[in-house]
Amino acid sequence: MGVGIEVRGLNAWYGKNLSLKSIDMTVQANHVTAVIGPSGCGKSTFVRCLNRMHETIPEAHAEGLVKVGEMDVYGSGSDPVEVRRRIGMVFQKPNPFPTMSVYGNVAAGLKLNGLRNRKQMDELVERSLKLAALWDEVKDDLHKKSGASLSGGQQQRLCIARSLAVEPEVLLMDEPASALDPISTSKIEELIFQLKQHYTVVIVTHNMQQAARVAEFTGFFLMGSLIEYDKTEKIFTAPADKRTEDYITGRFG
Amino acid sequence: MPDPSAQTGSTSVSLWRRVTNQGATIFAVVTAIVVILPLLAIFAYLVFKGIGSVNIAFLTQTPKPPGETGGGMANAIVGTGLILLVASAIGLPLGIGAGIYLAEYGRNRFGDVIRFTADVLNGVPSIVIGIAAYSLVVVPQKHFSAFSGGVALGIMMIPTVARATEEMLLMVPNVVREAAYGLGIPKWRTTLSISLRTASAGVITGCMLAFARVAGETAPLLFTAFGNQFWNLKLNQPTAALSLQVFTYAISPYDDWHKQAWAGALILIVLIVGAVAAVRISTSRGKLKGVG
Repeated sequence: MGVGIEVRGLNAWYGKNLSLKSIDMTVQANHVTAVIGPSGCGKSTFVRCLNRMHETIPEAHAEGLVKVGEMDVYGSGSDPVEVRRRIGMVFQKPNPFPTMSVYGNVAAGLKLNGLRNRKQMDELVERSLKLAALWDEVKDDLHKKSGASLSGGQQQRLCIARSLAVEPEVLLMDEPASALDPISTSKIEELIFQLKQHYTVVIVTHNMQQAARVAEFTGFFLMGSLIEYDKTEKIFTAPADKRTEDYITGRFG
Repeated sequence: MPDPSAQTGSTSVSLWRRVTNQGATIFAVVTAIVVILPLLAIFAYLVFKGIGSVNIAFLTQTPKPPGETGGGMANAIVGTGLILLVASAIGLPLGIGAGIYLAEYGRNRFGDVIRFTADVLNGVPSIVIGIAAYSLVVVPQKHFSAFSGGVALGIMMIPTVARATEEMLLMVPNVVREAAYGLGIPKWRTTLSISLRTASAGVITGCMLAFARVAGETAPLLFTAFGNQFWNLKLNQPTAALSLQVFTYAISPYDDWHKQAWAGALILIVLIVGAVAAVRISTSRGKLKGVG
């Protein structure tokens, strides 16, 4: 089951450059929350702060309160590796491990986190590939085919399966469909709809129609600040802020 | 509507394109042939001069005293293998380890110092490396040994292996590392099991280049492994090596030894090519479909 996310006063820096300014946001468990905004508004930075991926960039750091379920992400004694294991992430460009088979890709997180039981691993790999709606397309050569030999859309679903295999509580998706064709995109969107039964999903997108299609809640970011955060319907039909309205009606960005 | 192909000058343009295209292709083919020609010529000449002296005795017997004909280089073949084993045991782990440090952690002043040192070490004449191994290993041990020869060659392998490993790791896209971090895999595990694995084909090529290069080295062995007319399998004893034996025989006044020197050189090059090919074949087996 997914858990909720509580964000209070989150600031993020690249070097001396403050790129997220005091973000407060409450993400509902088992719902899909979209983060929209023009390029460079900090939406990617925001989700990368939720699982402490932000700090893997040299000279980048973040401060503030982020609670994922009971876990205090930036608390003292919090281990970024453990945080990332519990919060899965799917990136903009499909990034399967190039030298591994389809099976190896999905099993990688389990294997490298120390799972040795072969039978359990097989089950988790199959379950994850089914959840990611890729099983039927790859089940015949799980071990023979390289992850990199799949099509772009399949690779992205493979990456989703890989994230699901380690059984996270939250799934972060950073523009997961922006490098894909419309058919693959709609498959990913259907998938997101299925996934919220088991996970809390936060998705970054620069495509407003996509946000409207998949998300119950939407947050609008502009220049490092969260301008408006509400039910998706409300954001797209009756935004409270003038800047949100300008953005969704296409007056800028 | 004017027909575009009937425009004036279009035929001469396409003719010019065809000519330059042909010209460039021929140039590329010729340069490729020029590059492999010396290798083929050397190999052909070695076969021509040496094959007559390669026989069962040459491959199974130790050298005969001067003046007697016959005998072989079996002890030198085994000695070369022994020395290379020691060299690889020293050079490969240190080189790969240093390369990992440089690529994954060494984006700083200290890394620059290591990088510079490695490049300088790469340019140090091999005989100087031999002297270093002599004073570091032979002098304290008080006698020549296979081990000291292995140390000299191992040191020579380090910079090549380290720089190749670094270059190959830097070619691994950062998104691959991010994917691993995102799964909650610690950095050290990501480096070993994801990045190094992704770069493995290139790293292995670098290792084989370093191996092939030191396999034929003579100068560093002159006062380390020293050479031996008899069998030796002990690491702490003077040991024959093919390159040393070829050198000794080639500068000798005996006709029979000259012939054996050619045969030794032929065997050396065949062994090196064989070892490189064997590693290539064994690492490319089990490759997945669609790996670039």
